[in-house]
Amino acid sequence: MEFFSPSDLIGSSPILALSAFSLIALLANALVKNSAKTVFYISVVGILAAIGCAMYTFSMNATAFSDMLLVGGYASFFAVLFLVVALFSLCIAKPYLEREQYHFGEYYVLIMLSTIGMLMLGASADLITAFLGIEVMSVAFYVLAGYYRGKLSSNESALKYFLLGAFSTGFLLYGIALIYGTTGTTNLLRIVTMYPQAFGDPVHIIGWGLILIGFGFKVAAVPFHMWVPDVYEGAPTPVTAFMSTGGKAAAFSAFVIAFSVPMSMKDERLMLVVAVLAASSMLLGNWFGLSQLNLKRMLAYSSIAHAGYMLVGLASATSLGQQGITFYLVSYAFTNLGAFGIIAMLEKVNGANLSYEDYAGLAKRRPGLAALMAMFMFSLTGIPPFAGFVGKYYLFASAVHSNLTWLAIFGVMTSLFSTYYYLRVVVYMYFREATNTEEIILPKLTFATVIVCAVGILLFGIFPALIFDLMKSMF
Amino acid sequence: MTFEQGVFYFLASVTVFSAVMMLLQRNPVNSALYLILNFFCLGGLYLTLNAQFIALVHILVYAGAIMVLFLFVIMLLNLGDDKRLVEHLGLRMYLGIAFSSGLLIELLYIFGFSSPMNISELSPASVEMGTVEYIGKVLFTKFLFPFEITSFLLLAAIIGAVLLAKKKLVQ
Repeated sequence: MEFFSPSDLIGSSPILALSAFSLIALLANALVKNSAKTVFYISVVGILAAIGCAMYTFSMNATAFSDMLLVGGYASFFAVLFLVVALFSLCIAKPYLEREQYHFGEYYVLIMLSTIGMLMLGASADLITAFLGIEVMSVAFYVLAGYYRGKLSSNESALKYFLLGAFSTGFLLYGIALIYGTTGTTNLLRIVTMYPQAFGDPVHIIGWGLILIGFGFKVAAVPFHMWVPDVYEGAPTPVTAFMSTGGKAAAFSAFVIAFSVPMSMKDERLMLVVAVLAASSMLLGNWFGLSQLNLKRMLAYSSIAHAGYMLVGLASATSLGQQGITFYLVSYAFTNLGAFGIIAMLEKVNGANLSYEDYAGLAKRRPGLAALMAMFMFSLTGIPPFAGFVGKYYLFASAVHSNLTWLAIFGVMTSLFSTYYYLRVVVYMYFREATNTEEIILPKLTFATVIVCAVGILLFGIFPALIFDLMKSMF
Repeated sequence: MTFEQGVFYFLASVTVFSAVMMLLQRNPVNSALYLILNFFCLGGLYLTLNAQFIALVHILVYAGAIMVLFLFVIMLLNLGDDKRLVEHLGLRMYLGIAFSSGLLIELLYIFGFSSPMNISELSPASVEMGTVEYIGKVLFTKFLFPFEITSFLLLAAIIGAVLLAKKKLVQ
């Protein structure tokens, strides 16, 4: 009997390459003295190798390991996104952790392990793979959130994330069990083609509802968002940067694949539920964002609101919506990584220097840095010519196309709130006198990463076709 | 009454008895012990359904691993008497009632309203599916990839445990 063929191995090569390098990095961490730097370089090489594999498989269009994994197109596109995000977050993390004297090799190994989970999520053709991907990613995140072992806020963040995360996984698993019980398969490619009549069964629909809860937690949609502010604030800043970009993108990539099944049946009830989740996330995320004083917390609420915008694309149940989500995830990843990169550079020991006040007069002290931060804030608000604008445009356009005009109008209205707290950062940087006159030291590696992010959002904002051309072969 | 029916009625009555006794005990440790008895009887019920693998895993995982966790929590929190437990209830009790009645409704729905299944006789295919041999075969062929990647899940958990619990980290 044949277990697998060489084409399975080539198809899953990004995952396999990253897995191999994560094991090498782990061994190096145990065997080499002063290993953190070595492990960092091994991780960078491993991620670059996996990016190469993902690009090589892009033109393929197949499944691997008896329909467990998608190969090529969608899976490869998201693989490259996750790997680039991981690479950038490593570059932000290295100077940060060295400064905080918390520079251990295990950090990089855990980042690689969680990226393996993300790669599985983006390639999941089966609910089992999606579930395992979520777990591999989340277990690494739970630990990374508590990476500052000696700090109470970090411990709190890890414990909260772990308990609520484990609880939400229960919902996801129960949903998968109900779907398996009503159709006899967990394979997403087979549920629609073989069991369309299952959608008449309420137990089957409840199964999808429970899966919606599980994914809703992972993408931080209201009302499953309670963990977000505390976890984002308590976790080390590079970890927050990685969680809010890679983690969210990974959860959404599997969410889109999984929900293309019930959405292709045009199930009105599920569409309405997703639309309500989208509306409440946009409203509450932006509303609570208004009153925040801490920038990390503000970006946490902004992340809830952005999950809402992306759910608009999902609720529209069209390929335009799916393309909108994909583009938005790319632009959000670059924007948020850049913003968190700047926050990580300016942060002082023990989580100081994170409030709006601390950014007062930044434009006079470091004009370049202030200009970059302003760009990221404009992109988050959705002002042209930055990528955030194009993403929002496509998401709201997809809602209008599927007769969800109320949702599009609601989205535009709530994003008006968000203008206040994003532009507040810009106002503080440019129109307030500096209270803090300490010298700002900018680590070169982080600064270079932030510049690349800024170039990215400008490039994708002015030439969105760069990404949309790639997506034509994906959906 | 056939032998199988006799075994079923015996196991079923002990299952219900232990479940009720677990709820009625004042001492949490006694409750936990009745729960173990309950798990063993459930494992026996799985055996009568020809699901050997689930029966064994049920006893290993629930009566073994999860019960140890329960007992640890009971001892760590020092829940000797139930008075302190009562103080913590309130909203949670109503939530618990809501959840359990939801489950009850679901069970009633499945037994009462879903299309009835013919369970008077087990098909040979379903008997075969319950064996350890069959599950092993499927794990290493169809589910090879998820099976192998699970090792990375465990690896992440082990690294995490070491990272969070080790006394001193070496740079």
